[in-house]
Amino acid sequence: MSVDLAQFHQVFFEESFEGLEIMETGLLELDQGDVDSEQINTIFRAAHSIKGGSGTFGFTEVSDFTHVMETLLDEMRDGRRQVTQDVVNVLLRSVDCLREMLTAIQDENPIDLDRVKADQDALNVILGGEFSAVVESDADKGQSESVDQPVENESGSLAGWHVVFSPHPNLMQVGNEPIRIFREFAELGELEITVDDHGLPSFHDLVPEELHLSWDMTIKGLIDRTDIDDIFDWVEDDCDFAVRSLDEQNAAKSIPAVEKPAEPVSGNTVAASAEIPSKPEAKKPPAKKPSGTKAASKKSNTGSIRVETDKIDTLINMVGELVITQSMLGLIGENFEVNKLEQLQSGLAQLEHHTRELQESVMNIRMLPVSFIFSRFPRLVHDLSTKLNKKIELKLSGETTEVDKSVIEMISDPLVHLIRNSLDHGLEGPEERIQAGKPETGIVHLNAFHRGGSIVIEVSDDGRGLNAEKLREKAVERELIEEDEILSDKQAYELIMMPGFSTAEVVSDVSGRGVGMDVVRRNIQSLGGGIEIKSELGKGSVFSVNLPLTLAILEGQSIVVGDEVYIVPLISIIESISLHEEMIDNVAGNGETFKLRGEYLPIVRMHEIFSIPNPKVEDLSGGLLVVVEAQGVRFGLLVDDLLGQHQVVIKSLETNYKRVDGISGATIMGDGSVALIVDIPGLMTLSTQFNTNKSAA
Amino acid sequence: MNSQVAHTDSGDANENGVPNNQPELIQFLTFKLGKEEYGIDILRIHEIRCWESVSRIPNVPHYEKGVLNLRGAIVPVIDLRERFGFESAETTEITAVIIVQVHEDEESKIMGMIVDSVSDVADVEKSLLQKAPEFGEKVNTQFISSLATANDRMIRVLNVDKLMQLNGVSQAD
Repeated sequence: MSVDLAQFHQVFFEESFEGLEIMETGLLELDQGDVDSEQINTIFRAAHSIKGGSGTFGFTEVSDFTHVMETLLDEMRDGRRQVTQDVVNVLLRSVDCLREMLTAIQDENPIDLDRVKADQDALNVILGGEFSAVVESDADKGQSESVDQPVENESGSLAGWHVVFSPHPNLMQVGNEPIRIFREFAELGELEITVDDHGLPSFHDLVPEELHLSWDMTIKGLIDRTDIDDIFDWVEDDCDFAVRSLDEQNAAKSIPAVEKPAEPVSGNTVAASAEIPSKPEAKKPPAKKPSGTKAASKKSNTGSIRVETDKIDTLINMVGELVITQSMLGLIGENFEVNKLEQLQSGLAQLEHHTRELQESVMNIRMLPVSFIFSRFPRLVHDLSTKLNKKIELKLSGETTEVDKSVIEMISDPLVHLIRNSLDHGLEGPEERIQAGKPETGIVHLNAFHRGGSIVIEVSDDGRGLNAEKLREKAVERELIEEDEILSDKQAYELIMMPGFSTAEVVSDVSGRGVGMDVVRRNIQSLGGGIEIKSELGKGSVFSVNLPLTLAILEGQSIVVGDEVYIVPLISIIESISLHEEMIDNVAGNGETFKLRGEYLPIVRMHEIFSIPNPKVEDLSGGLLVVVEAQGVRFGLLVDDLLGQHQVVIKSLETNYKRVDGISGATIMGDGSVALIVDIPGLMTLSTQFNTNKSAA
Repeated sequence: MNSQVAHTDSGDANENGVPNNQPELIQFLTFKLGKEEYGIDILRIHEIRCWESVSRIPNVPHYEKGVLNLRGAIVPVIDLRERFGFESAETTEITAVIIVQVHEDEESKIMGMIVDSVSDVADVEKSLLQKAPEFGEKVNTQFISSLATANDRMIRVLNVDKLMQLNGVSQAD
């Protein structure tokens, strides 16, 4: 085949990762003992697709591994295997293993074959549980004897399978030949076939290319179920087949008895699976290195996004209306006379309306529901709570809230960190909770909603809450604050986001090193958002992360300083005031401050920080001040004039230029000129540096 | 337009009458800064625009004049005179902004440079390019990759990537 399959790899990977998500979600939802065959079917189908795809592209390790998973899932969906917590856990681990394998192949790194073998063995142990039960039940008298073994040990008289093979009428038209199948079966063991011709239509109606026969096959011998499945692989879609072990046919015992042989095995699997986590942990550091270098190439991967067709249809409609408006304006413009002015104006108003609608529509396309981020959390909580020996329930609300794709990608890691913190430090173990009079199971609640022009995601828990006293003590100990510095509770809570700060007694590998929160806050701020912390000692804490709805558009206030126009993000602006003499003061002779509702806030002279020539206003009294807030700190920006407020499209300076301190981006104004967007936290840092330099000089 | 006539030097036609290989020609866009003439590989030229005012960026080197709007893209503009440490001059109606493509660490950026005037496109035989002299040039030779001759003028061929490297140190610093 000269077709280069590599061009399809990307699609395969994307679909496979999606399939893995489906499998994981499905597995987490499976109730024990309650076999919802549709759910299992969904998981099975996902595994099947991955198997098929990987086989096509020659990723044999993946297809072999998935095949084992598929076998197990098949047993579950046929009801021949009980769904137990252990089985689910092993399957979940297998999903992880698959994910690792696919990532490795995608990044062109070697697959961790040891991990694969370990997980595959775990799966086989479960699958073979029925076999080993035969060995076990002799030794272990406590177990009830079970006769549900598809293969008997010695006599072999009952060993074998009964297969009913009913091809669809089009089987031969797609190039499959039943005789080949029979030949393969004959190779497996003693084969007996009887044909069933009930389906044959009358001679006149018979279409020679259609197949209306079905066959009953009995194969005797020690045969693996998987071998039978393999034979049917090629014809799976074009036939129905049922496989029953000869033994099951004869035995009166019903299927749940299989549960018993699972008992002796589960001991093994738990042990085996307990070992497995330690292996991948050890393997992780070396594996991380290659992925580091590959991160650079990931940047160029543009990614793709699924969009509901409704959104696209809306878009098409709007573009249609826009075209109409444009041609209408074109007509007016053709032979323009002053009496057409009104028509022109109404046409332009329509144009503005449609353009704005179009813009909203297009932005909407990049919006995805936060459930995309939320989807990985149930697994995270499930695994962590097991690891920490705590009982924790995860509640999710507002999953349908929509957020821009770029925001989703960036906010996932900070949220993971917050949840891990809640689980590790915030929530207590079951005994402690009962002692505190709380229910044994702790709750972590993730809530997403829109507020103003932002999206807020709250991570709340009903755990210990933050101890402001302890935080203050630790801060003094770490010399982050002065002994006598007075901090409000709120300010005390913010301490945990300072680098190096951690009150955790024990540093676990989950958290506690004091590196995370600081990075979390910086990441969120770099997106134009912020974190707020509320807490009540003994009752719990709430971490609110707020982010702009989209990273591409900003609501901004235009300001003029000198001859230059700057844009200040509206989110950061608290209010704009004119300064009066009485409000102004000097602190320590150097910093200028103004009084706002009882608080003294510093004044920042923008023209100084940005070296803007020809500022109009030098004298503070009578000057215009824009009061802004960043990282909980407020200050006033001295500007010459305020222009309007508008929505601006953010353009990055770094695409062709470089990062500039104090500037978060640029935008193109209506007249085609470029205006710079002020980065308020950055400006604050610059101002501090400027003043330090000034006083040092 | 300068044309190097390709004949004797490139070798004779071989016995079978197959024509000679043409000498390898490189084309440069030439422009002037004061009296001196410079050239840039034409493959790096994005476009040439009339001079227009730019939006200043705070706290950057003085020769990084600011940014302008190039059909929706934000493009930084460098004043070459200031970059090379020459005296600045008044802008005239022939002052131009040459937009070039710059390669930096596997990335490609678009930047502009302000020049006094744009001349023509010169074809130069690759084999006739000379190495830049180590001294005697006002302009820091790290920016000049080679010297070429066209129509009896000396063209200093510039290395665009080094020239447009940001946060570099200019001659005047």
